[in-house]
Amino acid sequence: MTNKMTVVVVLTLGFFSAATFAAGADAELENSGIDPDNISSLQRGARNFMNFCSGCHSAKYVRFKTIGKYLELSEQQLVDNLMFNAEKSFETINVSMRPNDAERWFGTTPPDLSLMARSSGADYIYNYLKSFYLDPNSPTGVDNTVLVGTSMPHVLWELQGYQKAIFATHEDADGTITEHFERFEPVTAGSMSAEDYDAFVRDTTNFLAYVSEPIRSERRKLGVWVLIFLFFFWLIAAMLKKQIWKDVQ
Amino acid sequence: MARIEAEIGTPKGGFLQWIDDRFPFTKTMKYHVTEYYASKNFNFWYVFGVLAMVVLVNQLLTGVFLTMNYKPSAAEAFASVEYIMRDVEWGWLIRYMHSTGASFFFLVVYLHMFRAMLYGSYKKPRELIWIIGMLIFFALMAEAFAGYLLPWGQMSYWGAQVIISLFGAIPVVGDAIVEFIRGDYSISDITLNRFFALHVIALPLTLVGLVFVHIVALHEVGSNNPDGVDIKANKGADGVPLDGVAFHPYHTSKDLVAIVIFLMVFCSVIFFAPDMGGYFLEHANFEPANLLATPEHIAPVWYFTPFYAILRAVPDKLWGAMLMGGSVMLPLFLPWLDRSRVKSIRYRGWIYKSSLTCFAISFVILGWLGMQPADGAYVLAARIFAVIYFAFFLLMPYYTAIDKTKPVPERVVYHD
Amino acid sequence: MSDDDLDQIDRNRRHFLTIATAVTGVAGAGLMAYPFLASLKPSARAQALGAPVEVSIGSMQPGEMVRVLWRGRLVYVLRRTEDMLARLNDNLDMLRDPNSEVVEQQPEYAANDTRSVKREFLVVEGSCTHLGCAPLEDFSVRPADNWGGGFFCPCHGSKFDLAGRVYNGVPAPINLRVPPHRFVRDDLVLIGLDAGAT
Repeated sequence: MTNKMTVVVVLTLGFFSAATFAAGADAELENSGIDPDNISSLQRGARNFMNFCSGCHSAKYVRFKTIGKYLELSEQQLVDNLMFNAEKSFETINVSMRPNDAERWFGTTPPDLSLMARSSGADYIYNYLKSFYLDPNSPTGVDNTVLVGTSMPHVLWELQGYQKAIFATHEDADGTITEHFERFEPVTAGSMSAEDYDAFVRDTTNFLAYVSEPIRSERRKLGVWVLIFLFFFWLIAAMLKKQIWKDVQ
Repeated sequence: MARIEAEIGTPKGGFLQWIDDRFPFTKTMKYHVTEYYASKNFNFWYVFGVLAMVVLVNQLLTGVFLTMNYKPSAAEAFASVEYIMRDVEWGWLIRYMHSTGASFFFLVVYLHMFRAMLYGSYKKPRELIWIIGMLIFFALMAEAFAGYLLPWGQMSYWGAQVIISLFGAIPVVGDAIVEFIRGDYSISDITLNRFFALHVIALPLTLVGLVFVHIVALHEVGSNNPDGVDIKANKGADGVPLDGVAFHPYHTSKDLVAIVIFLMVFCSVIFFAPDMGGYFLEHANFEPANLLATPEHIAPVWYFTPFYAILRAVPDKLWGAMLMGGSVMLPLFLPWLDRSRVKSIRYRGWIYKSSLTCFAISFVILGWLGMQPADGAYVLAARIFAVIYFAFFLLMPYYTAIDKTKPVPERVVYHD
Repeated sequence: MSDDDLDQIDRNRRHFLTIATAVTGVAGAGLMAYPFLASLKPSARAQALGAPVEVSIGSMQPGEMVRVLWRGRLVYVLRRTEDMLARLNDNLDMLRDPNSEVVEQQPEYAANDTRSVKREFLVVEGSCTHLGCAPLEDFSVRPADNWGGGFFCPCHGSKFDLAGRVYNGVPAPINLRVPPHRFVRDDLVLIGLDAGAT
């Protein structure tokens, strides 16, 4: 009987792990390396987001108050550094740009970023912000290898500088020519070194990851206590069961 | 032993007697709990019935509290879920309990059904229990399907679009049926509202009613056991089956341990991996439904994928839908497809053992295939495993009849 | 040890374990119930929506009354005339609670003879303390009726004076409630925040 059970359990676990590996088979994304517990990183990320992103992107499910609490910022610090178009700390991060204007200027409304890290992933955001390259055919002058045809301009060009993308061409057996992205090559320098820019993007990604699920840290802490309680409950219940079943057979 | 069983037996006078004169309280407790005898050799596989009840209670309880804050309109649904996650105190926990519970419900139910296949729990005289159980399974699938539309995410919308369109495959009346289900010319706020009503009221009531009837039917004939032996055939002088132990306190105390272990697994997921890598809470569903853009891979939630794989394996819309429907319905006929005189796999021959193993493997692999894009080798594999799946059922009358069985013991074989 | 002794130990152990399990189970159930019950408290959004309300009073004329909503409740802001203020203490013996002794009905700073922070401005909830109807203003002066002006509730006839104090002999038991408020500037009152708090 145990054999059957083992088979099923192994299959189920194998199925989940196999599927997990298979699922990540899309574009090769560099690991973002974010540390959700690093409060300083999150503070910098919040600053980065409000200064560079919130002009076009809202994070309409997030309240300044919530951020202030977790990032250990006082009400005054929130007002001075983050709350550019909000009056009260309980307000959410809204965007001032009107959707109609956005449609006219960019052809699309910049998406709200509250849940971007949960729908597309932190690695996606990290790589996206590093993958703008010069494209003379694009209305914004840039394209992006992570999201081809993106309407977003390279907002951080001053920090990263500009790079160009090198594509390698292959010819298939049947003569079709395909282009493969190979690497980036810097064209103009920005104000930040590559490492500093990476750190900047990492902080911003970290912030977006936090914002997509603010309760994450508390949830995990609570989970430890819950499991400890259940463990003790299990011990007692198991002893009781054994005691009651003593007189069987 | 007799001492424990008699504890709730005699009315303690006063209050209890007053109740008993007007309501069959003590009688019911005796019949269903303290003097309901089930085999003493229940193993791991027998735990999933009570676990299913635990998950059902979880879904109902968390469901009520979610409904207090959820808004069933296309304009507000998505935002209301984020409201629950962020602004409602402990809303995140209630939401995760509900979403994790949905997936665990199917995990538990699949294992519960598998137990019946291992030990022949669907065979006479338990065919009706099995039928009611299958009805519960159908209702559960409908409940999950309706519930999944409610967050109004990308996957909610497009998944519903795909599955509802399936009904369009029915000749002549198909399109009318689809419009009838949707209540509109496409999936809209109207569809959402009615799915909300089904998910919150109609189907839960149906489920609870069916579960009640399921247990009544079970208690009428008594539980099966891993040896497939009828414990009522051997009773002691006091009328108690020799191989049976009272449900309370024996099985209640044993089930409590199982429940606590289950809760440890359940809570591990809730608190440490509620998304489960995108299987329990799909990535695409964190984007609000966009009627203009379909996500790259549309797949139903993991628990529907085996049947989805069968649907896609067939190159014809109508036949694919019919075979998918068939694959869901076929288990219903197990009591009659299975011609073996022996209930439990312990005493069956190698033919049944290997075919059940093949079935289990093909079910899991079909599930995995249902998540992959529908091209290339995946399609071929899906077809092969779909054939195995159907063969398990359709050939069963033949191979269970010729399978060489081992002699079934008179009394239960007890391992601890 | 004899069989009986072993049996006794077994029974005691079983009894102890049953109690231990039951206690742990009940504790667990209680801990599990807490989040559900707590979720019923006002959410962050409710708290946000229930935030203080600013009312501009700079252009209010004497005798003018403004109605605003705070936390979904009606609040009257009345700029009393000198006449009204003079008449306030005329009929104290006709009032049930002239000295605002029921402390729940006003913050400390409004437990005075004008029931306000600034003499002229009455800030009071427009909710009759009987069963909650919105009292109507009646600022006419009818000496024959001993009526110097105030509020009259149409539902069951309760009467309140120009400081929101309830008259004797009416169904309403206590004075109209004064919500927490403070004057941010001379022309701006913030309703819903205590004068003491920041």
